[in-house]
Amino acid sequence: MNKTVNQKAWFLILPVLVLVAFSAVIPLMTVVNYSVQDTFGNNQFFWAGLEWFEEMLDSERMWDALGRQLAFSAIILAIEIPLGIFVALNMPKSGFWASLCLVLMSLPLLIPWNVVGTIWQIFGRVDIGLLGHTLAAMGIDYNYTQNIYAAWITVIVMDVWHWTSLVALLAYAGLQSIPDAYYQAAKIDQASRWKVFRFIELPKIMGVLMIAILLRFMDSFMIYTEPFVVTGGGPGNATTFLSIDLVKMALGQFDLGPAAAFSIMYYLVILLISYVFYTVMTNLDKREGY
Amino acid sequence: MDWMAWTWPTAAFFGIIAATLITFTVLAIKYPEVPRHGVLGIETTRGDRLFITLLGSAFINLAWLGLLSAPQWGALVVCFFYALAVFRWV
Repeated sequence: MNKTVNQKAWFLILPVLVLVAFSAVIPLMTVVNYSVQDTFGNNQFFWAGLEWFEEMLDSERMWDALGRQLAFSAIILAIEIPLGIFVALNMPKSGFWASLCLVLMSLPLLIPWNVVGTIWQIFGRVDIGLLGHTLAAMGIDYNYTQNIYAAWITVIVMDVWHWTSLVALLAYAGLQSIPDAYYQAAKIDQASRWKVFRFIELPKIMGVLMIAILLRFMDSFMIYTEPFVVTGGGPGNATTFLSIDLVKMALGQFDLGPAAAFSIMYYLVILLISYVFYTVMTNLDKREGY
Repeated sequence: MDWMAWTWPTAAFFGIIAATLITFTVLAIKYPEVPRHGVLGIETTRGDRLFITLLGSAFINLAWLGLLSAPQWGALVVCFFYALAVFRWV
């Protein structure tokens, strides 16, 4: 069947273009303008050339924050993706329990970021928090305001608690769409549970899984509110991720030039990784013939 | 437009980007894009190759700035050959 080509349909995306122009393109252009200038406020700017980019590329502070950010994203992906698939595989397929599971799983997703941060901030406190108090009673030295490992574990467990459901729900949706015939064929061939997962379920949920990975990567790479509420970037700079550092620089110190240069490089990294994910995703789709 | 803190170099930069996008749109209308498989093993159209060129050029410029103390136009020369390579082989 021949598809109808109607170039006028492009006009239908105009509203989106206008919206994106005001919410993203114009602010981004302003950031580029800031990145080559210096300001002391009062909307007065002085030409600085590529000085801020040079300064940021030499800045240990930025590389450290980038390292922490990459480590954080890698750790939470390594936990959330397998865990989400595992949960999805073990969820009931239909009936009352399936609905109950779905509702319970979606609950963490509905909680606003700062509330999640506050919940965990209180939960982990040694004096009044259930987790912190219990761990202290068991003789475990846990204090996320002083101990780097405790801070990292808290932030990671918090993210896993908040977002594993998203991966699980997406994987569950993928699993539900596999026709029964595949399982029956596997049964006839006496395939083991692992082989069913490896050769039927995994390839079939690959598409949604890539979306889950992309979403979780982007979200975790931009994470700000939750760690900011729990640890404030501390102890020291141990949980100062890129966006926390950026806000400190731009709003705390009002170093607009360096912060703008920082933002552009941050943006480029996100753009690069997202493009790679996107390309892999679309190529997978084409191979699968969706 | 004062609040956007425009400068001539940044205005020229965005002007060139806009002109490139318009050129490629016109090209796409006149000579429809044909996807092909290049050295990266992925299917790319002319627009994809432009995106890869622009994104790559940004990183080449940053690497040049961070690693070498040579003048920045050197990076642009590298970018030019990079662009040729991308449009030829990717």
